Amino acid sequence: MALSIATRQLDGVTILDLSGRITLGEGSVQLRDAIRDLIGKGEKHILLSLGDVNYIDSSGLGELVSAFTTAKNQNADVKLLNLTKKVKDVLQVTKLYTVFDIYDDEAHAIGSFK
Amino acid sequence: MESVAEVEAAAEKLTQEAGLDEDEGFRVVMAVREATVNAVLHGNGYDPSKQVAVSFENNGKSLVITIADEGEGLDPAKIPDPLAPENLLRGTGRGIFLIRSFLDEVHFRQLNPGTELTLVKHLTPAETKNASQDLDTK
Repeated sequence: MALSIATRQLDGVTILDLSGRITLGEGSVQLRDAIRDLIGKGEKHILLSLGDVNYIDSSGLGELVSAFTTAKNQNADVKLLNLTKKVKDVLQVTKLYTVFDIYDDEAHAIGSFK
Repeated sequence: MESVAEVEAAAEKLTQEAGLDEDEGFRVVMAVREATVNAVLHGNGYDPSKQVAVSFENNGKSLVITIADEGEGLDPAKIPDPLAPENLLRGTGRGIFLIRSFLDEVHFRQLNPGTELTLVKHLTPAETKNASQDLDTK
């Protein structure tokens, strides 16, 4: 299943609800475009909700890292919400779990941007 | 990329038939996918005239998967450590690391031309009772 992205706004935070796979050719470009579009529009608070992402590969990890660094360079923040066990596993092995701000609760995540 | 999906599906079938649990199966399938993507992209440079040969074997004790490309070769010693602080925020360079992390053995062999990766996942006693199976994909 390819990646689908639904966007919503809540309390000044743009939440991207991602569903599917973030892999080479099946979502990493979509994610990159979505993040660049938001940052280009001046969005500063971006929350990626990954509860329905069942697979990520090294290319997808690269896109998450690129999103994080692109945002930082524009004084914006990209944070992660609701990791599935598989995505958490991959982030832990690659030590990226220590790089991102990661939350299990949406309200808590939104509050962290203030 | 259709060939990568085909290899991924074959790896998933192999792990399921070997009785690996969902987490271990995911790790093996992901490693096979990473190795195949590397072979197509970095090994063969997306050249449609070059082939990637993949074989799968369940020998009763281990799952053994080989992936060979026809590229210019790869020196695994020259791959930067993606966990090093200076590399942690790089957008690329995690594929081989994930393969090594998720499997019990990873062997590189230089071909002429190309590189062959052999990935080995040891089976637990409960898993070794599953029937042996061979499957080749090209």
